[in-house]
Amino acid sequence: MSIKIAVLAKQVVDPDMPPSAFKIDEELKQVTTPSTIPPVVNGFDENAVEAALILKDALQASVTVISSGTQFALDVMKKPLSMGADELVLLEDDAFSNSIDTFSVASILASAINKLGGFDLIICGRQASDWDNAQLPLGLAELLGMPCITLGKKVDIEEDKVRVERVTSEGYEIIEGTLPCVVTVSNELGQPRYPTLRGIMAATRKKPTVWTTNDLDINVGTLTPKLQLRDLFVPVSTQECEFIEGDDDAEAAKNLALRLREEKLI
Amino acid sequence: MSAQEILILSYVKEGSVDPSGLELLNPATELASKSDMKVSIAILGTEDDSLAQDCIQRGADQVYLVPNPALGNYNSDAYVAAMTQVAQEIDPSIVLISRNTEGRELAPRVAFRMGTGLAQDCLEVSIDTETNRMLANRPVYGGSAIAIVDCQSDPQFAAIRPKAYETLEADPSRSGEVTTISVDIPDDIIKVRTVETVTEESEGIQLEDARIVIAGGRGLGGPEPFEQLGELADLLQGAVGASRAAVDSGWIPHSQQVGLTGKTITPDVYITVAISGASQHMAGCTGSKVIVAINKDPEANIFKDAKYGIVGDWENILPALTETVRELTQS
Repeated sequence: MSIKIAVLAKQVVDPDMPPSAFKIDEELKQVTTPSTIPPVVNGFDENAVEAALILKDALQASVTVISSGTQFALDVMKKPLSMGADELVLLEDDAFSNSIDTFSVASILASAINKLGGFDLIICGRQASDWDNAQLPLGLAELLGMPCITLGKKVDIEEDKVRVERVTSEGYEIIEGTLPCVVTVSNELGQPRYPTLRGIMAATRKKPTVWTTNDLDINVGTLTPKLQLRDLFVPVSTQECEFIEGDDDAEAAKNLALRLREEKLI
Repeated sequence: MSAQEILILSYVKEGSVDPSGLELLNPATELASKSDMKVSIAILGTEDDSLAQDCIQRGADQVYLVPNPALGNYNSDAYVAAMTQVAQEIDPSIVLISRNTEGRELAPRVAFRMGTGLAQDCLEVSIDTETNRMLANRPVYGGSAIAIVDCQSDPQFAAIRPKAYETLEADPSRSGEVTTISVDIPDDIIKVRTVETVTEESEGIQLEDARIVIAGGRGLGGPEPFEQLGELADLLQGAVGASRAAVDSGWIPHSQQVGLTGKTITPDVYITVAISGASQHMAGCTGSKVIVAINKDPEANIFKDAKYGIVGDWENILPALTETVRELTQS
């Protein structure tokens, strides 16, 4: 029996860009990036690709990567293919723009997943580095009527169950769920593998499936946002730092301790 | 809208109302004062009236106790089912839930099951006096930006970051109603189960509870310096924290990570050593009363939020700082 795995991946602005490059167009209410900084696949979604490929290494499995958005950078979005995923499905339509409203995005993805015949396991990153919602996988699970296990650092399939080591604030817990299931993974899963040269060659030849609203069975009403972005701005820190000095580092350290004592902080 | 009510969804944890759920009585009473609504809280997994009275003293007008054998321990499927049933029965205008470890899973599912939008991870909620609807203030892009979000569907639903609000003091003169609600949780809706729990957390004072936290980052270069941080933390009766870079390098367990994908802490003093202060890290510590930064880069982001700073080499600074603290604390 072959296991059908879907990985959801989002194209995001590079979170590692220098803070000076991070700008917001307050009129458009969106982040603008210099053209010299290309977008990336959301970091946690690369962990999700890795989790799927670990399963594929051990079992008979197919891995389909699905992404919803606009203005895809194809070379960026093909990275999961070059890591070893089998297929790429891009849901590209102006109606699918990067909205803070997760409900509409989840509805689009649910529709595509149904059109693809469903999956045994849907693996997602714990959150996307743009809106940091950590909401879509759980909402999608609701729309598809599936259970959801979050924050996995290890994902195994045993017969008809998925077994996840879930990161908790005190350590981790082992959770078992019935298939089909949505699982989110975190960076504790480990470094995603690097694409191999063979993988890159294979990915170059693969053509993604591209669907728009017309290809999906979507009620336009579901695209009406339930949340609207009213403002987006960079917070201003009003904190003034008092730099503690001394003849050398050790004296500065001593002066810091004395200053903190003076303020009754220690 | 039938009921002009603000409903907090919470549950029992270790015999008490989950502390981060109790915190939400603070924003709820604030919203209520602007909108003439009543404040209610549903507590899953108990029929203990003393817990209800505690909530009333801290701001609730109405408490719903939701006892059910399936709600004894946290199970996401059972809790989602119970919370949705309670919220549908009460039909509130606004639902608030803590975005703690459990709430991260519960809030999106309950909101989706009710067909409404969720303002996630909010630092502040308010009522727009013109539209009379809830506005939520929430950090996005790893904390580099703030989004103000309009809740346009009903019920208006927000998940609030733990420690964003302080728990209100108990006022014994307050009174309120207590009602028991029964929910139906058939066994076949439970699709996920916890089969084992593993604790990795360090001994001593816990990170979230510590009054003083000393945290190290990538610049420490290895696991050994964290022992030096531990020495200073012991002297100050504090705890050791870390940035994600240090955790990903395997120098210190994930349980000590401070930041967006780690813990949110609000100590009186947060001392950072060789932490640059990326917004994702600051997301977990900006609630600290005083931030003290030690970094060799004078342009490091951390100095923007620090009250006191030293620009220099931690290898020289840390031993001298520890020595002086030892003299001060033992004299």
